[in-house]
Amino acid sequence: MVEFLEFTLQGISAGLIYAAIALSLVLIWRGTRVLNYSQGAMAMLTSFVALEIEYRTGNYWFAFVGALLSGLVVGGVTERLVTRQVTNKPPLNAVIVTIGLLIGIEGLAGVLFGGNNRSFPTPFSPNGLSIGSVALGITRNDIFIAVAVLIAAGLLAVVFQYTSIGLQLRATAFNTPVARLLGVRVGGMLTLGWALAGLLGALAGMLVSPSTLLSPNSMDTIFVLGFTAAVIGGLESPGGAIVGGLILGIVLSYAGGYLGSEVVNLFGLAALLLVLMLRPTGLFSSAPARRV
Amino acid sequence: MSSPATLEVREVSAGYGAVPVLRGVTITAQAGTITAVLGANGAGKTTLLRVIDGSLKPSQGQIWLDGANLAGRRPEDVSRAGVAHVPEGQGVITELTVAENLQLGLLLRPRSERAAALADIYNRFSVLADRRFKAAGTLSGGERQMLVIARALATNPRVLLLDEPSLGLAPKIVLDVLDLIGRLKAETGLTIILVEQNARSALAIADLGVVLNLGGVVATAPAGQLAADEALRRHYLGF
Repeated sequence: MVEFLEFTLQGISAGLIYAAIALSLVLIWRGTRVLNYSQGAMAMLTSFVALEIEYRTGNYWFAFVGALLSGLVVGGVTERLVTRQVTNKPPLNAVIVTIGLLIGIEGLAGVLFGGNNRSFPTPFSPNGLSIGSVALGITRNDIFIAVAVLIAAGLLAVVFQYTSIGLQLRATAFNTPVARLLGVRVGGMLTLGWALAGLLGALAGMLVSPSTLLSPNSMDTIFVLGFTAAVIGGLESPGGAIVGGLILGIVLSYAGGYLGSEVVNLFGLAALLLVLMLRPTGLFSSAPARRV
Repeated sequence: MSSPATLEVREVSAGYGAVPVLRGVTITAQAGTITAVLGANGAGKTTLLRVIDGSLKPSQGQIWLDGANLAGRRPEDVSRAGVAHVPEGQGVITELTVAENLQLGLLLRPRSERAAALADIYNRFSVLADRRFKAAGTLSGGERQMLVIARALATNPRVLLLDEPSLGLAPKIVLDVLDLIGRLKAETGLTIILVEQNARSALAIADLGVVLNLGGVVATAPAGQLAADEALRRHYLGF
């Protein structure tokens, strides 16, 4: 029972990191119909920025804020200078461009920061928590992860649902031509969408890097798992991204805990294939209507 | 409501790639009038509205709105200049609620005016007030048409472009929609350009009729005069 609880809590913590990546992918997909294969690489780059800030200032929280701000900038600049050029072009163009960005960003990070694994600081103790003599199998840092992702997701939900900027972002995502006709500055909304996705990716990078160590390729697996979580939840559904992340995190935690770490990636792939075969639009996206 | 404006389309030509659609079209929609733009499928009616609203750049010609040339501006800038376009097929954002669709239109107004403007819209369109929290995708065809017209009015336009507002609607609803358009002109003095395949009904409420054929203007006359010209009606308008 204690083991089950431990695996569940660890799965929730990991799952929320996958959810953050998934949410960033969903944000961009809904707004631009582009699947950003470089999302993990962007998160890695902003984590390196954070590491440099932490080295120079000795303050984790300066580094945390620096990562989030650089995520906003990286996301916004990427949209403005790169992906905007492939909007309204054949879909394959965007795939090639974002894969090119992935390779380019990882190469740039290798040049600037080196290819070695680097340890990454945590803001809270990595020691496990316990209730009495019962070890819970999670740390204060795991709780920080959960709180950070849920606050970020909650704030995004509030912005999208209750502010005029959020209304314009949704209108741009749902029906760009009509949004334009209503005076919405669609270009600005697209840039803002990518900037917010960059911020979420940066948050995921900050939260996962202490456990994965940081290197130019360290976010590749996390990106794949985040993408899997987005597919499970449905690429159209922000709520689905969160739930998809949690489901994936918990399933992988049970698999790794009871069957061994060797099967974790296999279970992740199996989850992706299962969803694509049984419900390709994801658990929370509605099937497209067809006129008969 | 904003002061109505005169919209002038001068010698506009436009097309899609190598395919010309409009050839030297000149139309003047006087302030506070309804101008019905008529013609068969493929005549260039929708293309004309897309050029006016900025979605399509003309290869030549100008679009003047009370002294400002709109040609070449982006759609969001044309909208901010006071031209509201209700596109063919309605353009309801189905994922948003009725209220959210209207709030989107109101964003072009100063914040201090929005509440009163929304109340006025709900007064004029009571069916939307009853359904304000429902997803716009659940509305009937006629209700959606009311919503997009209301949303366009929410932007406080000086010119309203309507592209086939009767498309796909039941005959009774078509009459209601056209009656609404006529009342809008009478009550607000809005300048309206109405593209319609239902030429008879459009001419019944319009002040001026313009007939397009193969991208060019073949007739411009007061609506009553066009409706009375049997030869022209039979040849170009099918009734």
